[in-house]
Amino acid sequence: MGMTMTQKILAKKAGLDSVVAGQLIQAKLDIVMGNDITTAVALKEFQKTGASEVFDKEKVVIVLDHFTPNKDIKAAEQCKSCRTFAYDMGVKNFFDVGKAGIEHALLPEQGIVVPGQAIIGADSHTCTYGALGAFSTGIGSTDMAIGMATGEAWFKVPSAIKFNVIGKKQSHVSGKDVILHIIGMIGVDGALYRSMEFTGEGIAELTMDDRFTIANMAIEAGAKNGIFPVDEACLAYTKAHATKAYEVFEADDDAEYDEEIIIDLSTLEPTISFPHLPDNTRTIGEVGEVIIDQVVIGSCTNGRLDDMKIAADILRGKQVAEKVRTIVIPATQEIYLDCIKLGYVEDFINAGAIFSMPTCGPCLGGHMGILAAGERCVSTTNRNFVGRMGHVESEVYLASPAVAAASAIAGKIADPRNI
Amino acid sequence: MNAKGMVFKYGDNVDTDVIIPARYLNVSSGEELAKYCMIDIDADFVNKAKTGDIIVATKNFGCGSSREHAPLAIKCAGISCVIATTFARIFYRNAINIGLPILECDEAANDIENGDEVSVDFDSGIITNITKDKTYQAQPFPEFMKAIMAAGGLVEQTKERVKG
Ligand code: SF4
Repeated sequence: MGMTMTQKILAKKAGLDSVVAGQLIQAKLDIVMGNDITTAVALKEFQKTGASEVFDKEKVVIVLDHFTPNKDIKAAEQCKSCRTFAYDMGVKNFFDVGKAGIEHALLPEQGIVVPGQAIIGADSHTCTYGALGAFSTGIGSTDMAIGMATGEAWFKVPSAIKFNVIGKKQSHVSGKDVILHIIGMIGVDGALYRSMEFTGEGIAELTMDDRFTIANMAIEAGAKNGIFPVDEACLAYTKAHATKAYEVFEADDDAEYDEEIIIDLSTLEPTISFPHLPDNTRTIGEVGEVIIDQVVIGSCTNGRLDDMKIAADILRGKQVAEKVRTIVIPATQEIYLDCIKLGYVEDFINAGAIFSMPTCGPCLGGHMGILAAGERCVSTTNRNFVGRMGHVESEVYLASPAVAAASAIAGKIADPRNI
Repeated sequence: MNAKGMVFKYGDNVDTDVIIPARYLNVSSGEELAKYCMIDIDADFVNKAKTGDIIVATKNFGCGSSREHAPLAIKCAGISCVIATTFARIFYRNAINIGLPILECDEAANDIENGDEVSVDFDSGIITNITKDKTYQAQPFPEFMKAIMAAGGLVEQTKERVKG
């Protein structure tokens, strides 16, 4: 029986000729990653295993991005414990303030992630790297600890849903609208335990940044991973960012899928997730009047250069509404610099937005943009759960950078075509 | 291995942000996290929960973040078992890895009500609703996971391996 792309990678990493859905395997890992919140727990568990060193100094990656620059004393203590651990262990890919950016934008940009790898990260959005044709999934701190000690992890081989992407998207539609549309269609547990495998001629219409955004939110549909084929665009990205060896895997022609869903890009509209679940979606025409207090443009979902460009193009020469605090956060230092060089920073500041250093910050209600009771925020992040960005009575509306920028100007959720 | 206690019942899609909000993630000790367990969905939970009590919920329990702080807070709050229709996969993994017993059983998840007294036999997967005098059959754990749980979690199991 044929294997899906994910199954083929897993079989190879487990040293097996083939695997089937449901099989429990032990697989070798190419990358084990953690952030300041999850590494702080993992390093304690690592010590308990009795291991005295990490399995490979190149393959362990630690990024301090969530509560950094340290937001309070407790966060400072956590970061300090991660820092001490990283230096004691000689971790080569350790990213502290100054080098750090949001992990899921940083790892591909730094060439740490390449096609064909098996990656675990103690952060649920580790599924982002599936955009590069890698098997990549979020795990918890104990798995990270064991991964760092042994270079292996246990997996249950997933079955898959095939998304056949066709058509060409309209100019105001981006990867965010594609994935919000899909989550709205299949639900927050629509792909539970399974892979989301994207194929089809429409993939060529998606930029790498679109694909990162789509793979990033596979977890919001409950998926184990999301994965894209390795095509010309993917190889061009890989060669521009990485020097290490990569491997291209393809699904077998007779691979079995639980179901096949056709996504016609040409039919998609700007899509917004209303509180308090990502699957509570409406297209822009169905939104009605939603007055807002804050806009956040950033995160591992939409803090890349494409996203900054889209927002800058809309905000250039305009003013954000008087009552809307607009916070723009590039995901990495490199994107930050590009925004300076390309003049986007001036566009944002002249429009009345603030432009911050890279951090997760408000995305998880950490710092730099917490909401008060009753406040509403349009955000390009990925979760709108109760209390995600602050008070339990605040509300988060998930949207694309285009919708977020247009909404900042209008003071309410707005269609980018009308700005 | 068995569990017995009073049930706290919740609905679909209980996410990790309501189980333990990010504002408390600047600490990593289980005891400290347990003080805020379930705070954004049930502010009274920590005052009412007793050692041995059981959480029952319906679909997709623990969706969202990979924070192991969520199952850890539940375990350290004294909860002996979580029963749900389905679990989000990272939560499922984390619970197994840290040794928090969890069971998937649609019938039990739908039938059991808040405040019911329930007991669980992990070997057989039989859940007994003492209040309603009913039993439900959950899938028992595969051997692979039983071994992790029996060792006291993945770290304990790996210790043996590291020693070689
Ligand atoms: S930007 Fe948000 S979702 Fe992404 S890693 Fe940071 S906290 Fe998590």
